[in-house]
Amino acid sequence: MKSINDRSQDIGPFVSQTDDAIIICRCEEITKGEIRQAIHDGMFTVNEIRRYLRAGMGLCQGQTCGKLVKNLIARELNVIPDQLDPATSRSPMRPMEMKVLGNEEVSHV
Amino acid sequence: MSKHLSKYNDVIIIGGGIIGNATAYYLAKKGLSVTVLEASKDIGIGGSSRNGGGVRQSGRDTRELPLAMWGIKNLWPGLSEELGVDVEYTQKGNLRLGKTAAHQKILQGLTDKAVSCGLDVRMINGDEIRAINPYLSDEVTCASWCPTDGHANPLTATLGYYKKARELGVRFITESPCFELRKIKGVIRQVVTPDAIYEADKVLVAAGFDSRKILATVGIDVPMMPLKMECLVTEAEPPMFLQMLGTADADFYGHQSKHGSFVFGGSSGFEHLNKDNGSPISSSIGASCTCRGIIKYFPALADAKIVRAWAGWLDDCADHVPVISPVEEVPGLYITCAFSGHGFGIAPAVGYNVAEMIADGHSTIDLSALRYDRFKPKQ
Repeated sequence: MKSINDRSQDIGPFVSQTDDAIIICRCEEITKGEIRQAIHDGMFTVNEIRRYLRAGMGLCQGQTCGKLVKNLIARELNVIPDQLDPATSRSPMRPMEMKVLGNEEVSHV
Repeated sequence: MSKHLSKYNDVIIIGGGIIGNATAYYLAKKGLSVTVLEASKDIGIGGSSRNGGGVRQSGRDTRELPLAMWGIKNLWPGLSEELGVDVEYTQKGNLRLGKTAAHQKILQGLTDKAVSCGLDVRMINGDEIRAINPYLSDEVTCASWCPTDGHANPLTATLGYYKKARELGVRFITESPCFELRKIKGVIRQVVTPDAIYEADKVLVAAGFDSRKILATVGIDVPMMPLKMECLVTEAEPPMFLQMLGTADADFYGHQSKHGSFVFGGSSGFEHLNKDNGSPISSSIGASCTCRGIIKYFPALADAKIVRAWAGWLDDCADHVPVISPVEEVPGLYITCAFSGHGFGIAPAVGYNVAEMIADGHSTIDLSALRYDRFKPKQ
Protein backbone atom coordinates (compact mmCIF):
# COMPACT_ATOMS: atom_id res chain seq x y z
CA MET A 1 0.00 0.00 0.00
CA LYS A 2 1.30 3.43 -0.95
CA SER A 3 2.33 5.52 2.05
CA ILE A 4 1.37 9.17 2.43
CA ASN A 5 3.86 9.68 5.27
CA ASP A 6 6.54 11.35 3.14
CA ARG A 7 5.00 14.77 2.71
CA SER A 8 7.53 15.76 0.04
CA GLN A 9 6.43 13.04 -2.40
CA ASP A 10 5.53 14.23 -5.89
CA ILE A 11 1.75 14.33 -6.32
CA GLY A 12 1.96 16.23 -9.60
CA PRO A 13 1.01 19.84 -10.24
CA PHE A 14 -2.30 21.41 -9.20
CA VAL A 15 -4.48 21.37 -12.32
CA SER A 16 -7.72 23.33 -12.10
CA GLN A 17 -10.92 21.42 -12.87
CA THR A 18 -14.19 22.71 -14.31
CA ASP A 19 -16.16 21.93 -11.13
CA ASP A 20 -13.67 23.43 -8.63
CA ALA A 21 -16.27 26.05 -7.65
CA ILE A 22 -18.63 23.39 -6.23
CA ILE A 23 -19.20 23.83 -2.49
CA ILE A 24 -18.16 20.72 -0.55
CA CYS A 25 -18.51 22.00 3.06
CA ARG A 26 -21.88 23.74 3.12
CA CYS A 27 -21.58 25.05 6.70
CA GLU A 28 -18.33 26.90 6.09
CA GLU A 29 -18.73 27.28 2.30
CA ILE A 30 -15.46 25.63 1.30
CA THR A 31 -15.13 24.67 -2.38
CA LYS A 32 -13.68 21.62 -4.06
CA GLY A 33 -10.94 23.79 -5.57
CA GLU A 34 -9.90 25.16 -2.17
CA ILE A 35 -9.68 21.63 -0.76
CA ARG A 36 -7.66 20.38 -3.74
CA GLN A 37 -5.29 23.35 -3.44
CA ALA A 38 -4.85 22.65 0.32
CA ILE A 39 -3.81 19.07 -0.51
CA HIS A 40 -1.13 20.52 -2.81
CA ASP A 41 -0.10 22.82 0.08
CA GLY A 42 0.74 19.61 2.00
CA MET A 43 -2.49 18.89 3.90
CA PHE A 44 -2.67 15.10 3.39
CA THR A 45 -5.17 14.15 6.15
CA VAL A 46 -8.82 14.99 6.87
CA ASN A 47 -7.79 16.53 10.22
CA GLU A 48 -5.25 18.79 8.52
CA ILE A 49 -7.76 19.93 5.85
CA ARG A 50 -10.27 20.68 8.59
CA ARG A 51 -7.82 22.76 10.57
CA TYR A 52 -6.35 24.54 7.55
CA LEU A 53 -9.65 25.46 5.80
CA ARG A 54 -12.42 24.96 8.43
CA ALA A 55 -14.08 22.35 6.16
CA GLY A 56 -16.09 20.22 8.62
CA MET A 57 -15.79 22.71 11.47
CA GLY A 58 -19.19 24.33 11.12
CA LEU A 59 -22.61 23.58 12.58
CA CYS A 60 -22.81 20.00 11.30
CA GLN A 61 -19.21 19.23 12.30
CA GLY A 62 -18.42 17.48 9.02
CA GLN A 63 -21.30 15.00 9.20
CA THR A 64 -22.22 16.05 5.66
CA CYS A 65 -18.87 16.70 3.96
CA GLY A 66 -16.52 14.38 5.87
CA LYS A 67 -16.70 11.57 3.33
CA LEU A 68 -16.49 13.93 0.36
CA VAL A 69 -13.33 15.55 1.75
CA LYS A 70 -11.82 12.11 2.37
CA ASN A 71 -12.54 11.01 -1.20
CA LEU A 72 -11.06 14.22 -2.62
CA ILE A 73 -7.83 13.66 -0.67
CA ALA A 74 -7.67 10.00 -1.73
CA ARG A 75 -8.13 10.90 -5.39
CA GLU A 76 -5.57 13.70 -5.30
CA LEU A 77 -2.96 11.52 -3.52
CA ASN A 78 -3.86 8.42 -5.57
CA VAL A 79 -4.57 6.20 -2.53
CA ILE A 80 -7.69 4.28 -1.49
CA PRO A 81 -10.08 6.25 0.78
CA ASP A 82 -10.01 3.51 3.46
CA GLN A 83 -6.37 4.38 4.01
CA LEU A 84 -7.39 7.77 5.42
CA ASP A 85 -8.77 8.32 8.90
CA PRO A 86 -11.94 10.39 9.30
CA ALA A 87 -11.65 13.66 11.23
CA THR A 88 -11.79 13.25 15.01
CA SER A 89 -15.38 13.19 16.30
CA ARG A 90 -16.11 15.79 18.97
CA SER A 91 -18.89 16.17 21.51
CA PRO A 92 -21.62 17.44 21.66
CA MET A 93 -23.45 15.53 18.91
CA ARG A 94 -25.69 18.54 18.15
CA PRO A 95 -25.02 22.24 18.84
CA MET A 96 -26.20 22.99 22.38
CA GLU A 97 -26.80 26.31 24.20
CA MET A 98 -24.31 27.05 26.98
CA LYS A 99 -27.13 27.46 29.49
CA VAL A 100 -28.33 23.92 28.64
CA LEU A 101 -24.93 22.24 28.53
CA GLY A 102 -23.93 24.02 31.74
CA ASN A 103 -27.18 23.30 33.60
CA GLU A 104 -26.64 21.40 36.85
CA GLU A 105 -30.31 21.35 37.87
CA VAL A 106 -32.02 17.96 37.61
CA SER A 107 -35.81 18.07 37.60
CA HIS A 108 -37.78 14.87 38.22
CA VAL A 109 -41.22 15.54 36.77
CA MET B 1 12.80 -5.59 10.39
CA SER B 2 15.61 -4.15 8.33
CA LYS B 3 16.12 -0.45 8.68
CA HIS B 4 17.53 1.59 5.87
CA LEU B 5 19.94 4.36 6.64
CA SER B 6 18.30 7.52 5.42
CA LYS B 7 20.20 10.30 3.72
CA TYR B 8 22.10 12.78 5.82
CA ASN B 9 20.59 16.11 6.95
CA ASP B 10 22.09 19.13 8.66
CA VAL B 11 19.29 19.01 11.25
CA ILE B 12 16.65 16.47 12.33
CA ILE B 13 13.69 17.89 14.25
CA ILE B 14 11.64 15.45 16.31
CA GLY B 15 8.07 16.76 16.57
CA GLY B 16 5.82 18.34 13.90
CA GLY B 17 4.12 20.82 16.20
CA ILE B 18 4.35 24.58 15.86
CA ILE B 19 7.77 24.77 17.55
CA GLY B 20 9.25 22.07 15.28
CA ASN B 21 7.62 23.52 12.17
CA ALA B 22 8.67 27.11 12.95
CA THR B 23 12.25 26.08 13.72
CA ALA B 24 12.34 24.04 10.50
CA TYR B 25 11.14 27.06 8.53
CA TYR B 26 13.73 29.46 9.98
CA LEU B 27 16.53 26.88 9.53
CA ALA B 28 15.51 26.29 5.89
CA LYS B 29 15.56 30.06 5.34
CA LYS B 30 19.18 29.99 6.48
CA GLY B 31 19.91 27.33 3.85
CA LEU B 32 20.17 24.27 6.09
CA SER B 33 18.74 20.87 5.10
CA VAL B 34 16.10 19.75 7.59
CA THR B 35 13.89 16.69 8.14
CA VAL B 36 10.98 16.83 10.61
CA LEU B 37 9.84 13.50 12.10
CA GLU B 38 6.27 13.39 13.44
CA ALA B 39 5.12 10.41 15.50
CA SER B 40 1.40 10.65 14.64
CA LYS B 41 -0.43 10.66 11.30
CA ASP B 42 -1.18 14.39 11.45
CA ILE B 43 1.01 17.49 11.52
CA GLY B 44 0.30 19.70 14.55
CA ILE B 45 -2.01 17.24 16.30
CA GLY B 46 -0.86 17.99 19.87
CA GLY B 47 -0.99 21.14 21.97
CA SER B 48 -0.18 23.25 18.90
CA SER B 49 -3.74 22.97 17.62
CA ARG B 50 -5.55 22.39 20.91
CA ASN B 51 -4.67 25.63 22.72
CA GLY B 52 -6.73 28.78 23.21
CA GLY B 53 -4.73 30.96 20.81
CA GLY B 54 -3.36 33.54 23.25
CA VAL B 55 -0.48 35.74 22.09
CA ARG B 56 0.28 37.29 25.46
CA GLN B 57 3.11 38.99 27.29
CA SER B 58 1.23 39.85 30.49
CA GLY B 59 0.98 37.13 33.12
CA ARG B 60 4.21 35.45 32.01
CA ASP B 61 7.20 34.43 34.08
CA THR B 62 10.01 36.99 33.68
CA ARG B 63 12.31 34.24 32.30
CA GLU B 64 10.17 33.81 29.17
CA LEU B 65 8.81 37.38 28.97
CA PRO B 66 11.68 38.77 26.80
CA LEU B 67 10.96 36.07 24.21
CA ALA B 68 7.22 36.94 24.23
CA MET B 69 7.88 40.69 23.89
CA TRP B 70 10.40 40.21 21.09
CA GLY B 71 8.10 37.90 19.11
CA ILE B 72 5.13 40.28 19.37
CA LYS B 73 7.28 43.20 18.23
CA ASN B 74 9.18 41.47 15.44
CA LEU B 75 7.38 38.37 14.12
CA TRP B 76 3.64 38.21 14.78
CA PRO B 77 2.61 41.42 12.91
CA GLY B 78 4.06 40.18 9.57
CA LEU B 79 3.49 36.45 10.00
CA SER B 80 0.41 36.03 7.77
CA GLU B 81 2.22 37.74 4.92
CA GLU B 82 5.43 35.79 5.50
CA LEU B 83 3.73 32.38 5.56
CA GLY B 84 1.10 33.09 2.91
CA VAL B 85 -1.60 31.84 5.30
CA ASP B 86 -3.96 33.98 7.41
CA VAL B 87 -2.89 33.33 11.02
CA GLU B 88 -5.60 35.79 12.18
CA TYR B 89 -3.25 37.74 14.41
CA THR B 90 -5.28 40.30 16.37
CA GLN B 91 -3.48 42.73 18.67
CA LYS B 92 -6.25 44.34 20.69
CA GLY B 93 -5.05 43.74 24.23
CA ASN B 94 -5.42 41.22 27.05
CA LEU B 95 -7.66 41.53 30.09
CA ARG B 96 -6.69 39.27 32.97
CA LEU B 97 -9.75 39.33 35.18
CA GLY B 98 -10.25 39.18 38.93
CA LYS B 99 -13.27 39.05 41.25
CA THR B 100 -11.74 38.99 44.76
CA ALA B 101 -9.05 40.66 46.90
CA ALA B 102 -6.92 37.53 46.49
CA HIS B 103 -7.21 37.85 42.70
CA GLN B 104 -6.24 41.52 42.93
CA LYS B 105 -3.09 40.55 44.83
CA ILE B 106 -2.09 37.91 42.22
CA LEU B 107 -2.69 40.33 39.34
CA GLN B 108 -0.79 43.16 41.06
CA GLY B 109 2.20 40.84 41.62
CA LEU B 110 2.25 39.73 37.97
CA THR B 111 1.84 43.33 36.80
CA ASP B 112 4.70 44.66 38.96
CA LYS B 113 7.06 41.98 37.64
CA ALA B 114 6.12 42.64 34.00
CA VAL B 115 6.47 46.42 34.41
CA SER B 116 9.99 45.87 35.77
CA CYS B 117 10.77 44.10 32.45
CA GLY B 118 9.54 47.13 30.48
CA LEU B 119 6.07 45.86 29.52
CA ASP B 120 3.17 48.31 29.19
CA VAL B 121 0.66 46.66 31.55
CA ARG B 122 -1.41 48.20 34.34
CA MET B 123 -4.17 47.45 36.85
CA ILE B 124 -7.64 48.78 36.05
CA ASN B 125 -10.94 48.81 37.96
CA GLY B 126 -14.42 47.49 37.11
CA ASP B 127 -15.60 50.63 35.32
CA GLU B 128 -12.45 50.80 33.21
CA ILE B 129 -12.82 47.07 32.40
CA ARG B 130 -16.42 47.51 31.18
CA ALA B 131 -15.38 50.56 29.14
CA ILE B 132 -13.05 48.18 27.23
CA ASN B 133 -15.42 45.19 27.24
CA PRO B 134 -19.06 46.10 28.05
CA TYR B 135 -20.16 42.42 28.06
CA LEU B 136 -18.35 41.53 31.30
CA SER B 137 -20.57 41.00 34.37
CA ASP B 138 -20.46 43.19 37.50
CA GLU B 139 -18.75 40.33 39.37
CA VAL B 140 -15.49 41.34 37.68
CA THR B 141 -13.90 44.04 39.86
CA CYS B 142 -10.26 44.25 38.79
CA ALA B 143 -8.01 43.28 35.88
CA SER B 144 -4.56 43.70 34.46
CA TRP B 145 -4.67 45.37 31.05
CA CYS B 146 -1.93 44.93 28.47
CA PRO B 147 -2.87 46.75 25.23
CA THR B 148 -0.16 45.08 23.08
CA ASP B 149 -1.30 41.50 23.82
CA GLY B 150 -3.67 39.61 21.53
CA HIS B 151 -4.57 36.28 19.94
CA ALA B 152 -4.14 34.29 16.74
CA ASN B 153 -5.38 31.07 15.11
CA PRO B 154 -3.24 28.15 16.35
CA LEU B 155 -4.43 25.83 13.55
CA THR B 156 -3.49 28.03 10.61
CA ALA B 157 -0.29 29.28 12.32
CA THR B 158 0.92 25.70 12.94
CA LEU B 159 0.00 24.46 9.46
CA GLY B 160 1.19 27.75 7.90
CA TYR B 161 4.72 27.14 9.22
CA TYR B 162 4.46 23.54 7.94
CA LYS B 163 3.33 24.65 4.48
CA LYS B 164 6.05 27.29 4.16
CA ALA B 165 8.82 25.03 5.51
CA ARG B 166 7.74 22.29 3.09
CA GLU B 167 7.87 24.78 0.20
CA LEU B 168 11.46 25.62 1.19
CA GLY B 169 12.40 21.95 0.90
CA VAL B 170 12.02 20.72 4.48
CA ARG B 171 11.13 17.02 4.46
CA PHE B 172 8.27 16.01 6.78
CA ILE B 173 7.73 12.33 7.62
CA THR B 174 4.64 11.36 9.62
CA GLU B 175 4.07 8.15 11.62
CA SER B 176 7.76 8.16 12.47
CA PRO B 177 8.13 8.07 16.26
CA CYS B 178 11.69 8.35 17.57
CA PHE B 179 12.61 5.24 19.58
CA GLU B 180 16.15 6.20 20.33
CA LEU B 181 18.76 8.91 19.96
CA ARG B 182 22.25 7.59 19.28
CA LYS B 183 25.63 9.20 19.80
CA ILE B 184 28.63 8.30 17.68
CA LYS B 185 32.08 9.22 19.05
CA GLY B 186 30.47 11.23 21.83
CA VAL B 187 28.28 13.49 19.68
CA ILE B 188 24.66 13.16 18.56
CA ARG B 189 24.37 11.47 15.19
CA GLN B 190 21.40 9.13 14.71
CA VAL B 191 17.63 9.17 15.23
CA VAL B 192 16.10 5.69 15.20
CA THR B 193 12.48 5.21 14.03
CA PRO B 194 10.59 1.99 13.20
CA ASP B 195 11.33 2.29 9.47
CA ALA B 196 14.62 4.11 9.19
CA ILE B 197 17.66 5.53 10.90
CA TYR B 198 18.17 9.22 10.19
CA GLU B 199 21.56 10.91 10.45
CA ALA B 200 22.35 14.54 11.19
CA ASP B 201 24.92 16.79 12.85
CA LYS B 202 22.26 18.45 14.99
CA VAL B 203 19.04 17.09 16.50
CA LEU B 204 16.25 19.16 18.06
CA VAL B 205 13.78 17.38 20.35
CA ALA B 206 10.49 19.33 20.17
CA ALA B 207 8.02 16.56 20.97
CA GLY B 208 6.05 18.00 23.89
CA PHE B 209 5.70 15.58 26.79
CA ASP B 210 7.00 12.72 24.60
CA SER B 211 10.35 14.51 24.64
CA ARG B 212 10.92 13.02 28.08
CA LYS B 213 11.21 9.40 26.96
CA ILE B 214 13.18 10.37 23.84
CA LEU B 215 15.72 12.36 25.89
CA ALA B 216 15.98 9.47 28.37
CA THR B 217 17.70 7.41 25.63
CA VAL B 218 20.75 9.67 26.01
CA GLY B 219 20.41 10.05 29.78
CA ILE B 220 18.83 13.52 29.85
CA ASP B 221 15.69 14.31 31.86
CA VAL B 222 13.34 17.29 31.95
CA PRO B 223 11.04 17.24 35.01
CA MET B 224 7.57 17.57 33.45
CA MET B 225 4.26 15.72 33.55
CA PRO B 226 1.30 15.56 31.14
CA LEU B 227 -1.71 17.57 32.32
CA LYS B 228 -5.00 17.26 30.45
CA MET B 229 -6.94 20.47 29.77
CA GLU B 230 -10.18 21.07 27.88
CA CYS B 231 -11.51 23.68 25.45
CA LEU B 232 -14.75 24.37 23.62
CA VAL B 233 -15.97 26.53 20.77
CA THR B 234 -19.32 28.16 19.95
CA GLU B 235 -21.07 28.65 16.64
CA ALA B 236 -20.28 31.93 14.87
CA GLU B 237 -21.71 34.92 16.78
CA PRO B 238 -21.93 38.57 15.71
CA PRO B 239 -18.69 40.48 16.52
CA MET B 240 -18.66 41.36 20.26
CA PHE B 241 -15.09 42.04 21.37
CA LEU B 242 -11.52 41.64 20.16
CA GLN B 243 -9.50 41.28 23.38
CA MET B 244 -7.88 38.11 24.70
CA LEU B 245 -9.26 37.21 28.11
CA GLY B 246 -7.85 35.32 31.06
CA THR B 247 -8.33 35.17 34.81
CA ALA B 248 -6.15 35.65 37.87
CA ASP B 249 -6.45 31.96 38.75
CA ALA B 250 -5.69 31.00 35.13
CA ASP B 251 -8.82 28.80 35.24
CA PHE B 252 -10.55 30.38 32.27
CA TYR B 253 -9.40 32.01 29.06
CA GLY B 254 -10.68 32.73 25.58
CA HIS B 255 -11.42 35.07 22.73
CA GLN B 256 -13.74 35.60 19.78
CA SER B 257 -12.11 34.40 16.58
CA LYS B 258 -12.15 36.11 13.21
CA HIS B 259 -14.70 33.47 12.13
CA GLY B 260 -17.06 34.72 14.88
CA SER B 261 -16.89 31.66 17.12
CA PHE B 262 -15.82 32.01 20.74
CA VAL B 263 -12.97 29.74 21.81
CA PHE B 264 -12.78 29.17 25.55
CA GLY B 265 -10.64 26.97 27.73
CA GLY B 266 -11.39 26.20 31.33
CA SER B 267 -10.70 23.80 34.16
CA SER B 268 -13.04 21.71 36.31
CA GLY B 269 -10.56 21.24 39.15
CA PHE B 270 -10.01 17.57 38.34
CA GLU B 271 -7.38 18.07 35.62
CA HIS B 272 -4.52 16.64 37.68
CA LEU B 273 -6.66 13.56 38.43
CA ASN B 274 -7.83 12.90 34.88
CA LYS B 275 -7.92 9.31 33.73
CA ASP B 276 -5.17 8.72 31.20
CA ASN B 277 -7.06 7.11 28.32
CA GLY B 278 -4.02 7.10 26.08
CA SER B 279 -5.57 9.86 24.00
CA PRO B 280 -6.83 13.27 25.11
CA ILE B 281 -10.59 12.72 25.38
CA SER B 282 -12.96 15.35 26.79
CA SER B 283 -14.40 14.46 30.19
CA SER B 284 -18.13 14.49 30.89
CA ILE B 285 -17.81 17.39 33.35
CA GLY B 286 -15.30 19.70 31.64
CA ALA B 287 -17.38 21.52 29.01
CA SER B 288 -20.39 21.90 31.34
CA CYS B 289 -18.24 23.40 34.08
CA THR B 290 -16.57 25.81 31.63
CA CYS B 291 -20.01 26.92 30.32
CA ARG B 292 -21.10 27.83 33.86
CA GLY B 293 -17.88 29.87 34.29
CA ILE B 294 -18.36 31.65 30.95
CA ILE B 295 -21.97 32.60 31.75
CA LYS B 296 -20.87 34.15 35.07
CA TYR B 297 -18.37 36.35 33.25
CA PHE B 298 -20.49 36.86 30.09
CA PRO B 299 -24.25 36.57 30.79
CA ALA B 300 -24.93 37.53 27.14
CA LEU B 301 -23.40 34.26 25.91
CA ALA B 302 -25.89 31.98 27.75
CA ASP B 303 -27.76 31.27 24.48
CA ALA B 304 -24.64 30.77 22.34
CA LYS B 305 -24.45 27.20 21.10
CA ILE B 306 -21.42 24.99 21.74
CA VAL B 307 -20.54 23.09 18.56
CA ARG B 308 -17.40 21.31 19.66
CA ALA B 309 -15.31 20.44 22.71
CA TRP B 310 -11.86 18.90 22.86
CA ALA B 311 -9.01 18.12 25.22
CA GLY B 312 -5.24 18.21 25.03
CA TRP B 313 -2.19 17.68 27.18
CA LEU B 314 0.11 20.32 28.55
CA ASP B 315 3.74 19.33 29.03
CA ASP B 316 3.73 20.83 32.51
CA CYS B 317 7.23 21.64 33.78
CA ALA B 318 8.31 21.54 37.44
CA ASP B 319 8.53 25.36 37.42
CA HIS B 320 5.89 25.89 34.67
CA VAL B 321 8.42 27.53 32.33
CA PRO B 322 9.76 25.92 29.12
CA VAL B 323 13.11 24.30 28.50
CA ILE B 324 14.82 25.87 25.46
CA SER B 325 18.44 24.84 25.51
CA PRO B 326 21.48 23.22 23.94
CA VAL B 327 22.68 20.08 25.74
CA GLU B 328 26.44 20.32 26.25
CA GLU B 329 26.60 16.74 27.62
CA VAL B 330 25.40 15.49 24.22
CA PRO B 331 27.03 17.84 21.69
CA GLY B 332 24.67 18.64 18.81
CA LEU B 333 21.49 17.99 20.80
CA TYR B 334 18.94 20.75 21.48
CA ILE B 335 15.70 20.74 23.49
CA THR B 336 12.47 22.76 23.20
CA CYS B 337 9.72 21.33 25.41
CA ALA B 338 7.87 21.71 28.74
CA PHE B 339 5.98 24.79 27.51
CA SER B 340 3.45 24.19 30.29
CA GLY B 341 0.42 25.45 28.35
CA HIS B 342 1.77 28.78 27.15
CA GLY B 343 3.95 27.86 24.19
CA PHE B 344 1.76 28.99 21.30
CA GLY B 345 2.21 32.75 21.72
CA ILE B 346 6.01 32.48 21.91
CA ALA B 347 6.32 29.76 19.24
CA PRO B 348 7.48 32.03 16.37
CA ALA B 349 10.11 33.66 18.62
CA VAL B 350 11.23 30.25 19.90
CA GLY B 351 11.55 28.89 16.34
CA TYR B 352 13.52 31.93 15.20
CA ASN B 353 15.89 31.96 18.17
CA VAL B 354 16.43 28.19 18.26
CA ALA B 355 17.23 28.24 14.53
CA GLU B 356 19.87 30.87 15.33
CA MET B 357 21.15 28.77 18.24
CA ILE B 358 21.48 25.70 16.01
CA ALA B 359 22.85 27.43 12.90
CA ASP B 360 24.95 30.24 14.40
CA GLY B 361 25.72 29.08 17.96
CA HIS B 362 23.99 32.08 19.59
CA SER B 363 20.52 33.63 19.62
CA THR B 364 19.11 37.17 19.52
CA ILE B 365 17.33 36.67 22.85
CA ASP B 366 19.34 35.36 25.81
CA LEU B 367 17.76 31.99 26.66
CA SER B 368 20.14 31.00 29.48
CA ALA B 369 17.37 31.19 32.13
CA LEU B 370 15.52 28.39 30.26
CA ARG B 371 18.32 25.81 30.35
CA TYR B 372 17.61 22.11 30.82
CA ASP B 373 19.92 21.79 33.85
CA ARG B 374 18.34 24.55 35.95
CA PHE B 375 16.39 22.17 38.20
CA LYS B 376 17.90 21.76 41.67
CA PRO B 377 16.64 19.70 44.63
CA LYS B 378 15.35 21.60 47.68
CA GLN B 379 18.01 22.70 50.17
